[in-house]
Amino acid sequence: MNEYKGVMVFAEQRAGKIHPISYELLGKGKEIADRLGVELSSVLLSHQMPEEVKELIYYGADKVFLYTHPAFSSFDVLNYKHNITRLVREVKPEVFLFGATRLGRSLGPRVAVALDTGLTADCIGLDLDEDGNLVQVRPAFSGNIMAHIRTATKPQMATVRYKVMQTKARDASRIGEIIKKDSELISSPLSIRRKEKSGVINIAEANVIVSGGRGLKKAADFSILAALAEALGGVVGSSRPLVDDGWIDKEHQIGFSGNTVKPKLYVACGISGSPQHLAGMRDSDIIVAINTDPSAPIFKLADYGIVGDLYDVVPRLADEIKKRHLT
Amino acid sequence: MKIIVPIKYVPDIGRVKFDSERGRIDRTSAPGEINPFDLNALEEAVQTRDQIGGTIITITMGPPQAKSGLRDALSRGADEAFLLVDRVFSGADTLATSYTLASAIRKLGKFDLIICGEKTVDGDTGQVGPMIAEHLGIPHVAYVSKVEEIGEKKIKVVCDMEGDRYLIESDFPMLITVTKDINTPRLPTFSNKLKARNAKVEIWTVAELSSIADQARFGSKGSPTAVRKIVVPREDARMRKIFRGATDEMVGQIIDALEDEQILEAMR
Repeated sequence: MNEYKGVMVFAEQRAGKIHPISYELLGKGKEIADRLGVELSSVLLSHQMPEEVKELIYYGADKVFLYTHPAFSSFDVLNYKHNITRLVREVKPEVFLFGATRLGRSLGPRVAVALDTGLTADCIGLDLDEDGNLVQVRPAFSGNIMAHIRTATKPQMATVRYKVMQTKARDASRIGEIIKKDSELISSPLSIRRKEKSGVINIAEANVIVSGGRGLKKAADFSILAALAEALGGVVGSSRPLVDDGWIDKEHQIGFSGNTVKPKLYVACGISGSPQHLAGMRDSDIIVAINTDPSAPIFKLADYGIVGDLYDVVPRLADEIKKRHLT
Repeated sequence: MKIIVPIKYVPDIGRVKFDSERGRIDRTSAPGEINPFDLNALEEAVQTRDQIGGTIITITMGPPQAKSGLRDALSRGADEAFLLVDRVFSGADTLATSYTLASAIRKLGKFDLIICGEKTVDGDTGQVGPMIAEHLGIPHVAYVSKVEEIGEKKIKVVCDMEGDRYLIESDFPMLITVTKDINTPRLPTFSNKLKARNAKVEIWTVAELSSIADQARFGSKGSPTAVRKIVVPREDARMRKIFRGATDEMVGQIIDALEDEQILEAMR
């Protein structure tokens, strides 16, 4: 067991661009590696060597294991797993972190089974106990509880939620090693044919979200929210009932069965605050609630509440913000 | 076509009580039901079978009460149901759970497609589906929002990856996990409910799996991860500055507050 040493981070890329979760994992990974007095490494699989690969070092990696092959331009889970598993058997890190993105949550479980080790999903906290073992903190029961989990096998693997860990400051003077590894391909029955951009918005990335709920009287009234979102440079979100009624696309849905978001500003308009909705937005930096019902649960979670009709408040707010921007 | 749908019997998450004093979940406080995400998997299986023919086998690992979840699955269109129940299976993490389910699937013999829900509402990991695929050595596609084409030998699916969509083709046997967008699960009809009440649920214990599986990999013994502590967060409460009164006044107050927080500056 003791031969396992070091912290490793899976660096995720999409279309050759490194996903920001990778830098967040390096930030947390560096902190853990320093406390353990071990190296931080990163593994990247890509079509060709992306220019950004040095960034992994600038953000904390001591070593980057790089696999380049045309086959890695798309996410073939079997070939990703095969090469990562080989690397882990060789390098033997004691901690191995993935982003809890959809890619990470599809790949991580296969790698864990192949290595016959434990995997903790969707962590929002990572710490070390007195013996230097990883303590993994994760929400369960739809966000109603926090579980503290330990892993008895090595590597201790976890997927880590996006936008929770702090990225360390970039340091372009950091020295690290880029180690090119030979890719080994296995025959895979998966053929990934075509890629299309789905929605126009990626709500999980938005800094400002203006969301509507049952307080909206008709689908067309989303335009009122859109005007405020535009004034704030944000996007429109929705609670589940309006999506179920077909008023707005599923891509806008916020809540347990929709998107989990963590914007700088979340404006909830005419949303009462069902547990299922709160589970999707409770980690927002600042929450503003606008609702006619002062007893709505959303007010408890809000930093600022406005007891009023969204049809009066939202347009005035949009006007006022536009005005102040101009001055 | 033989389709397998692993499901989980979970407490109704809207009704279950959490004790923040003692950090525990009172599982007896709410009735059980099929994990809502698994209903989408079952519905997809039913639509596929109705379209191209075949058999749907639903399988769960759980306590004896999980039998009622399987009966519900039968009333919603599954053809056969298997319950894996044994003290030895209890305390399983995702690695042991997926191993146990994969072992049972292996015992069931040749199959074409396994359909899983995206995640469960209690464990909330989304790991068991891809893990089953790895144990069985078959490909998988997670987060499938649409089945484009399905034939005797091949399946073509749309996979949703946070803003990007991929069209992925695979040979059988393979496994998919489906999102809530894929369909709207139907309700069981009354007559199907009656039929399911007397339908047979096959019970398998460790004994049935012992010839093809390693007992040491079941349950808590086979689980590398363990929950050491559970914290039930107290209800979130923030500053709760509530504005009431004339619209213009409230709008002015909220903008001042946001400027103090330097939120609006950041937007400029």
